[in-house]
Amino acid sequence: MSRYIVSRVWQGAIAILGALAIVFIAQRVSGDPVALMLPMEATEEDFANMRRALGLDKPLVVQFFVFVSNAAQGDFGDSYYWSAPAMELLIDRLPATLELALAGLAFALLLAVPLGVLSAVYRGGWIDNGAKIFAMLGQAMPGFWVGLLLIVFIAVELRWLPAYGRGTLAHLVLPAIALGWYPVAAMTRTLRSAMLDILESDYVRMERAIGLPERAIIWRYALRNAAVPLVTMIGVYFANMLGGAFVIEVVFAWPGVGRTVVEAVFARDFPVVQAGVVLAAVIFVVVNLIVDLSYGFIDPRIRHD
Amino acid sequence: MTDVSLPLPRSPVAALFARLGMLRGFPIVASVVLSAVVIAAVLGPFISPHPADAINLRDAMTPPAWEDGGESAYVLGTDNLGRDILSRIIAGARVSVVIALYAIVLSGGIGMLMGMTAGFFGGWIDSVISRLIDIQMSVPALPLAMLFAAVLPPGEGMVVVIIVMTYWTWYARIVRGDVLSLRERDFIALARVAGVSTPMIFIRHLAPNLLNTMLVLATLQFGSVIVFEAGLSFLGLGIQPPQVSWGGMLSDGRNFIEVAWWLITIPGLAIMAACLASNLLGDWLRDTFDPMRRQV
Repeated sequence: MSRYIVSRVWQGAIAILGALAIVFIAQRVSGDPVALMLPMEATEEDFANMRRALGLDKPLVVQFFVFVSNAAQGDFGDSYYWSAPAMELLIDRLPATLELALAGLAFALLLAVPLGVLSAVYRGGWIDNGAKIFAMLGQAMPGFWVGLLLIVFIAVELRWLPAYGRGTLAHLVLPAIALGWYPVAAMTRTLRSAMLDILESDYVRMERAIGLPERAIIWRYALRNAAVPLVTMIGVYFANMLGGAFVIEVVFAWPGVGRTVVEAVFARDFPVVQAGVVLAAVIFVVVNLIVDLSYGFIDPRIRHD
Repeated sequence: MTDVSLPLPRSPVAALFARLGMLRGFPIVASVVLSAVVIAAVLGPFISPHPADAINLRDAMTPPAWEDGGESAYVLGTDNLGRDILSRIIAGARVSVVIALYAIVLSGGIGMLMGMTAGFFGGWIDSVISRLIDIQMSVPALPLAMLFAAVLPPGEGMVVVIIVMTYWTWYARIVRGDVLSLRERDFIALARVAGVSTPMIFIRHLAPNLLNTMLVLATLQFGSVIVFEAGLSFLGLGIQPPQVSWGGMLSDGRNFIEVAWWLITIPGLAIMAACLASNLLGDWLRDTFDPMRRQV
């Protein structure tokens, strides 16, 4: 088990290092950062001095090493626009994004768990067929468009819920639906096929034979055995939602990490963009790591030796 | 030995039925929708009722023809500058299809080559490529797209680069898996014994066996690329005005979200229809080529 943990942590570290390499290369491709910092009338000598001050005259390998060791301390430089450390800026906005992603996940689960279980139990029935059609449509509708539709029809036409900003619980509803929209379809299908397997297994037959009520069999015993695929999905989609939040936050003017990074792209505020990409990669890797390591605890039959 | 009865010669009618049997469950509506998108992309200017960028302020914000105040000249209504929505949808189809084609050919090509190389040679080459795929997949697509959007000049080229960077792993992973099992098969071993060069094995013996997989993946990717491109253009990071794109139309329409629902609804429906059609066709192709993977 511990060897498995070590190798997974190692893989995660390599992935983050790779993400840092991508960011570093992109930064170098983007052109001369010094040109942006110095005034128009700067001389060649000013350029050389500035380069030396920034360490840009050193070999690329050394520069990369410096970049990585700074990044490890969360130092991506100051935002050009906000004149504050880029990573700090994003960490300040992380709670808003996490709140949105968790709400989106809650919405997705609230819909997908009953739909998936009922589709399996009443296989071929109207719930199953309805869920199938819903899944097909759902996967073809981009979340940001769902968000726009929600604003048009729920917030503007019906005036039920606020469309923009963060504050009360009511502000959270529409963005959460838009963000949780996409995973619902995939989660429903995965849970359905997991439940179909479980409902045909020996222990469910045994539970039926000793006369347990069907409702208890489905919701207490069978669903618990679907926990592993469910947790996998939660991990995958929670990580994806943090990425999806980049667009949804713009749609709903949600003051989170995503919107800040999008604005930074327009302002050519590279440190913030870089910090944002690395932050996203780190969260993605950590969430997946937690998911992988949790299997052994959820289902003791899975032990990685 | 009992005598072996010769198979009866098939009548042309039976042959036709056998062939139709292959088409069972063929998604007709999806194919029609997909063809319509491609035809709109190819014929664009010839079939659109108005020039896509013709400004006509007197007719600005005309709702679709079936609404009160709609005009038959503008079936799907007009935007804030009086530009015809239907014509812009047709123009947007062209951008979407062109980008999707480039993106699919490039990401499919790169992914296939990487997957074949990794699967065929194994060893450290496989390790390097697999790690590369892992790394690529551990950075969520949209943040990565932000990074490229920040450093590359905006426009179609950038969108294609971003999509290729995101999607090649998709092909590479699946092709690698297929090749891992293919290379153990006798015909590959025989080709090697017969002294066929490695590039020839790739081209003549591996690639033809991957065509089905590639076709399924490419069809499924079409819809996925359209949604991805729309997202980028919606954020203002993809296709730049005055070029028309469905995502850009949504972004423009957002400013009038309180007064003109059709500016938001119609481009989204176009995205959804194209994506849905490509998913349905892709699923059908997968089930037809590979009945083992069919879902319950």
